[in-house]
Amino acid sequence: MHHTIEVQALQFAYPDGHTALRGVDLSIAPGEKVALVGPNGAGKSTLMLHLNGLLQAGAGAVSVCGLSIRAETLGQVRAAVGLVFQDPDDQLFSPTVFEDVAFGPLHMGLAEAEVRARVERALAAVGMGAYAQRVSHHLSVGEKKRIAIATVLSMSPEILVLDEPSAGLDPRARRGLIRLLSELPQTMLVSTHDLRLVAEVFPRTVIMDQGRVVADGPTARLLGDPALLDAHGLEPV
Amino acid sequence: MLHIDLADHYQRGTSPIHRLDPRVKIVGTLLFILAATLLPPGSWAALAVLFLGSLGVAWQSRLGVTYALKRSFVVLPFALAAVTLPFTVPGATLAQVGAFVISVEGTVRFLSVLVKSWVSVQVALLLAVTTAFPDLLWALRELRVPRPLVSIISFMYRYMFVLADEALRLQRARAARSAQGQDPRRTGGSVLWRGRVAGGLVGNLTLRAFERSERIYNAMLARGFRGELKTLTPPTLTQFDRYALAGWVTFLAMASLIGFVFAR
Repeated sequence: MHHTIEVQALQFAYPDGHTALRGVDLSIAPGEKVALVGPNGAGKSTLMLHLNGLLQAGAGAVSVCGLSIRAETLGQVRAAVGLVFQDPDDQLFSPTVFEDVAFGPLHMGLAEAEVRARVERALAAVGMGAYAQRVSHHLSVGEKKRIAIATVLSMSPEILVLDEPSAGLDPRARRGLIRLLSELPQTMLVSTHDLRLVAEVFPRTVIMDQGRVVADGPTARLLGDPALLDAHGLEPV
Repeated sequence: MLHIDLADHYQRGTSPIHRLDPRVKIVGTLLFILAATLLPPGSWAALAVLFLGSLGVAWQSRLGVTYALKRSFVVLPFALAAVTLPFTVPGATLAQVGAFVISVEGTVRFLSVLVKSWVSVQVALLLAVTTAFPDLLWALRELRVPRPLVSIISFMYRYMFVLADEALRLQRARAARSAQGQDPRRTGGSVLWRGRVAGGLVGNLTLRAFERSERIYNAMLARGFRGELKTLTPPTLTQFDRYALAGWVTFLAMASLIGFVFAR
């Protein structure tokens, strides 16, 4: 059986010379929910952009659902990996919520009836069924974050990759998000600074620092090691 | 103010005008403006008919007969571009101001331009008020307006607010640090220095917009965008839409006929 995500010795440097990843190894099995934590600049976002083929590996290999990421497999890879960006204003670029959630399925070339059905299902899954005709600008941050997740759920991805989903949420919206993440059945890789969220939702945690994976194991063990957390700029819960 | 809301003029409603297909409304508005513009100068009867037509639409939209009327005066200053007409068009003398001669023909033409633009704006206002912006966008796309143009308008509409909010935050950050020092005369710095600060704000905003555009493009790519925007096919025109359009075209044709028959 293939792993959902398989990253081997991945290295990457940005065009300006800044080295973001210095040999990352990571494999995630189907159905796993994994948290990705670490200080700013550790390379979490860079790693996530690789999983969707938005960045090309400098060295090493990335494969998703058994597909190695190449120009020919990009379409399949992007349908398999639902990548949600940190700022929902980047994720929601269409005039209405409906058009945004329909964007992915439409560009996968699905039939219109199927697109409509998927939009309805995705919005219902995040509890935003009544928002289809709303204009994104007028929504609260919490509502935008939920709809941002719906924009990739409508593509029926095998794995959800979320960049800091709880950033900027008030306690009630954050609570709702935690419930949503626990309920969604997809495999998940979620980067966050919110260690209480990690403790509640994710059985497995990966800590990154300075472009490397420095720890990978059960959340309870990692979060229960104050020396490890302190060494990588994290605060014990 | 924490959040800019460049007021959408759209007013929710369920009136017949609201329910009309946006394509019909756009075409109807353009035809109205065309009919008004092409009338010969001084076709007061025809302009009165068109004016009644716009009042009728306002009444049918249930926003109040005078809704657009009251808001349409904003265009009058723009009609002043035609203010030279009474002086430049040759004809019978109406009055003489110093060395300038005001002609009857010129005055009639100027007043015609004024009334034409005024009634046209009323109808355009009604279009904007009764149609949600996203509906206008897909209607434009369906009416074969070039897609890149529609996409530009669409992104502009979506991010205008976001950018305005960012500009507001930058300005607030500046205001928060613009305190008064010991010597009130020196507070605020020189004009040159202030100009540099303002320039920095603009540059900063441009950079942010540029970076955001890259993130948006990534978000599009991540969801399967390959260079061509795809959209769902819109609903077909209903019987009601067709009748409404046919009725409106007939009305405009009648108004034009009156204008040309009674033209002097």
